[in-house]
Amino acid sequence: MAAPRFKSRIVRWIDYRLPVFSYLHHELHEYPTPKNLNYWWNFGSLAGIVLVVMIVTGIVLAMHYTPQASLAFDSVERIMRDVNYGWLLRYIHMNGASMFFIVVYIHIFRGLYYGSYKAPRELLWMLGVVILLLMMATAFMGYVLPWGQMSFWGATVITNFFTAIPWIGESITTWLWGGYTVDNPTLNRFFSLHYLLPFVIVGVVIVHILALHRFGSNNPLGIDTKGPQDSLPFHPYYTAKDYFGLGIFLLIFAGFVFFGPNFFGEPDNYIPANPLATPPHIVPEWYFLPFYAILRAVPDIWFIDAKLAGVIAMFGSIVLLFFLPWLDRSPVRSARFRPLYKQFFWILVLACLVLGWVGAQSPDAVIRVGEDWGLPVLWIGRLATVYYFAHFLVVMPLLGIFERPKPLPMSISEPVLKGGGALATGAHAKPMEKA
Amino acid sequence: MAHEPGAAAAAAHATGEETTRRDFLFLATGAVGAIGVASVAWPFIDQMNPAADTLALKEIEVDLSAIEVGQAITAKWQGKPVFIRYRTPEEIEEARSVDVADLPDPATDESRVQEAQWLIVIGICTHLGCIPQGQLPGSARGDYGGWLCSCHGSQYDTSGRIRSGPAPQNLHVPPYTFLNETRVLIGQAPETTGGENGSA
Amino acid sequence: MMRARWTKSLGVAGFVATLLAGSAAYAAEHVALPEQEWSFNSLFGTYERDAQQRGFLVYKDVCASCHGLRLVAYRNLMDIGFTEDEVKAIAAGYLVQDGPDDNGDMYERPATTADRFVSPFPNDAAARASNGGALPPDLSLMVKARAGGPDYVYGILTGYVDPPAGFEVPDGLYYNAVFPAHRIAMPPPLFDDAVAYPDGTPATVGQMAHDVTQFLAWTAEPHLEARHRMGVKVLLFLLVLTALAYAVKRKVWAGVH
Repeated sequence: MAAPRFKSRIVRWIDYRLPVFSYLHHELHEYPTPKNLNYWWNFGSLAGIVLVVMIVTGIVLAMHYTPQASLAFDSVERIMRDVNYGWLLRYIHMNGASMFFIVVYIHIFRGLYYGSYKAPRELLWMLGVVILLLMMATAFMGYVLPWGQMSFWGATVITNFFTAIPWIGESITTWLWGGYTVDNPTLNRFFSLHYLLPFVIVGVVIVHILALHRFGSNNPLGIDTKGPQDSLPFHPYYTAKDYFGLGIFLLIFAGFVFFGPNFFGEPDNYIPANPLATPPHIVPEWYFLPFYAILRAVPDIWFIDAKLAGVIAMFGSIVLLFFLPWLDRSPVRSARFRPLYKQFFWILVLACLVLGWVGAQSPDAVIRVGEDWGLPVLWIGRLATVYYFAHFLVVMPLLGIFERPKPLPMSISEPVLKGGGALATGAHAKPMEKA
Repeated sequence: MAHEPGAAAAAAHATGEETTRRDFLFLATGAVGAIGVASVAWPFIDQMNPAADTLALKEIEVDLSAIEVGQAITAKWQGKPVFIRYRTPEEIEEARSVDVADLPDPATDESRVQEAQWLIVIGICTHLGCIPQGQLPGSARGDYGGWLCSCHGSQYDTSGRIRSGPAPQNLHVPPYTFLNETRVLIGQAPETTGGENGSA
Repeated sequence: MMRARWTKSLGVAGFVATLLAGSAAYAAEHVALPEQEWSFNSLFGTYERDAQQRGFLVYKDVCASCHGLRLVAYRNLMDIGFTEDEVKAIAAGYLVQDGPDDNGDMYERPATTADRFVSPFPNDAAARASNGGALPPDLSLMVKARAGGPDYVYGILTGYVDPPAGFEVPDGLYYNAVFPAHRIAMPPPLFDDAVAYPDGTPATVGQMAHDVTQFLAWTAEPHLEARHRMGVKVLLFLLVLTALAYAVKRKVWAGVH
């Protein structure tokens, strides 16, 4: 690839000694991207932008926040009331967290649908799961910082789960807390780590993008690009498309920030933390609800008590994702050509939404069905949890063996140029893009 | 570097009309985007400016009624100590009888007070920022009856002017306004055009 | 293909059903609140200054004997229409602790506009001791701290009705239609004409409840109007930007599709 000759002498001087401009030009400008990406591919760049927004607003908020148990709540209220535009910065940061998870969850489901986790992108996928875990840790600690009732009690409930670990659980939990309960030492260290982790996320995101650029993006057809006729330079095609997608995203983001800033939140977090008064319903933020549901769905299993089993299941539900490229053995990537997998994909989506709803309910909630019978929400949660694990551990491996995929097109350009036909037919269907 | 020939491939030169319309669109979109980014920048910059509760303490009202002649109090204004001294007639006379040309930082006493008996100065030595002694009864006031800075020996007179020592300037006079005989608002100069010299 | 679309619609339907079921299940546990129209709830919503000034009087004369407002500063009252002199006078009526003085003693002085509202009790324990063990919560954020927001606050204040037949209300508690479990420790705070409004508005319970709720909505969210105004500008700007970006995208991609 010929490096461009930059017009500015200063740029050329720097680039000769530190080829950052050539590098960026190659990676962002001329970088070949499949020409058939749809809008589901916008969410990666959106996630990166939200990360930057969160870091910038977070740094600025940290100029005014006090991480001390007796002062934290009031310092946040001072930001809301007295700091110039403090209310705006806080609401952007608060709603940005929710937007971040919306974008990332869509990004993940896109990967699931189109087989972006399959060879040779296994490592790319696993780095993504690492980013998800880091995001969850960051968000959890960030929610504790305002030191409201939900901050405190959410932290108490979740950190208490570490006591479930046999033998060393109590010591680990005491170590985490820095005391015998969630208190000021916990708050201080959560603030330190909450400030740190986003920069770790940036590092992992860079590696994630490096891994992506090794083989380039997947695409809705799931077949490899064969040559330049199948791809477009990232700039201006995908920069323009991402710019438009960003506009739509910002409209939604601004809608929440300016007209529904407390939509995703819990009123109880506007009450200062009180270690002596437990709120009637302790709920985590919405993006943790499915995992919360899984946690509470698991009963005693054999010799493992429900608490420990729930913790294992909850962490397991994410750790499971690391193994996805090996659980799904189908050589066909995209669900477009996997009719059975497609069905199960949508059932998975439904199961996750149901789990989210279950997580918000009280553990003994019941749905009135008949006059004297109610369907316990717990059973719904268990069903959805079973499906979740079955989807990855049973359905995907089996589908890899038994599913008859539809024939794949010859190449990306072909269906585009010939108006959607050109599927290789019959027995000699082009062998699936080797996964 | 193979490009897909598209109407908007970076170096395409279409017909004049098409080019200018397209370029205008790109320019307009870029400009609107730039305006957006610039507007977003302002809150991030302004949030570092003093917040409303800090601004509320920009001025303070001090009640002078409890101060006796010859006594001094220290008020806190914008985080700084403010010396308020109820000067005796002798102290006023001493301040006014000095030849201004002899002073390291020439200033008449009249230019430093609004009401002769009330001297209001910021209690920070103009050398390196220590707080001079002289407020408490019995504390050392130096040779000129005003204040003595124990850090490096600067000495101020009964008008708060530097007389000897390393300090380059007189003790600074903050903006203040007398609301009435016994209340002074520190932080705001009088609105009358007379400036500091006019009586309240 | 049809099957795929069917399951996809199922997913969407499931999501919507989830939301509805969620709110239904939620409502079943909680009391249905009498929904009110609030001037600040809409996209272009603003506060009612007059109501808020009256509401402040209600707070001062009725609520402040037990409930604090410690996140609000007296100077903030200028936002709802009081003049600086009025606010200084209001503040001066309260004593705040300051010090230590040069002898090391704490002392009391009249509040200035820079001070925050003085709470009726020095701490929670004192508040409980004076209220039979119940803690009257600070009201600064009350409208944001309860599900239902302003409807909840209004509902509580107008919810002191006779209990249904057979409903047990222990001594020291009162029946309230809106409070969870319907037993509230706060005695009915509002009676007709409890406060004399200087502008002559009849001080019915409903009116006072409305006014104090408007006031408390402001104490919880003082920058709502600025937020709405900025929001309108931002959304309009983004609409223009997005439309332009779409045009650019179409232009750039013109040859490809």
